[in-house]
Amino acid sequence: MIEYALNFGFVCVALALLMNLYRLTVGPTTADRVLAVDTMAINGIALLVLYGIGKATAMYFEGALLFAMFGFVSTVAYCKFVLRGDIIE
Amino acid sequence: MPFVVELIISLLIVIGGVFLLVGSFGMIKLRDLLPRLHAPTKASTVGLGGVLIASMLFFWVERGHFTIHELLITLFIFLTAPITANLIAKAYMLLNVDPNKDLPPSNQNEGWATFDPIGPEGYDPSEEYEEKET
Repeated sequence: MIEYALNFGFVCVALALLMNLYRLTVGPTTADRVLAVDTMAINGIALLVLYGIGKATAMYFEGALLFAMFGFVSTVAYCKFVLRGDIIE
Repeated sequence: MPFVVELIISLLIVIGGVFLLVGSFGMIKLRDLLPRLHAPTKASTVGLGGVLIASMLFFWVERGHFTIHELLITLFIFLTAPITANLIAKAYMLLNVDPNKDLPPSNQNEGWATFDPIGPEGYDPSEEYEEKET
């Protein structure tokens, strides 16, 4: 039964990533694109965790944790660059 | 694996997947960035939380010992999501909001922090700090 749930989860995350990609390409303002990248990082974490459950290995957790950290750092860097014209002042 | 545990794990994965989908659907449905900021919070709390709790239960039953390192991801997302939303809103306001037309007056010596970080001409913020110290 977990396999069916995992397949459903994969389909959901894939559709969510496609919607984020639409917002990333179309998005009228810069902030829309930054928000789309941030949500894509969250969906990527979910995809990695679901894949880890499917393969029954805990190896993907480090990847998910790194995704969380670098997603946050990249979003903050983009926003700081828009706000201040520089990332580390 | 007992059937009840399998059912709970599947249910958590399905709920998480639906919330992740809803969060991203709101991103293309809502009309503006400031409403749009509200949509991915569903994905990052219930969506990711459901998937991570499902993973925690799965490895608990699979390996036989309880680990909490999934909670690290949840904790990190919960800590960083407000900061990210605040910075994105500030970047949007700087580029797309006119402080003279769209915002109410701040009723302070300074303007709104996003637009006027230094303050008006001749205003010295160090005077206020000296007043507070005495």
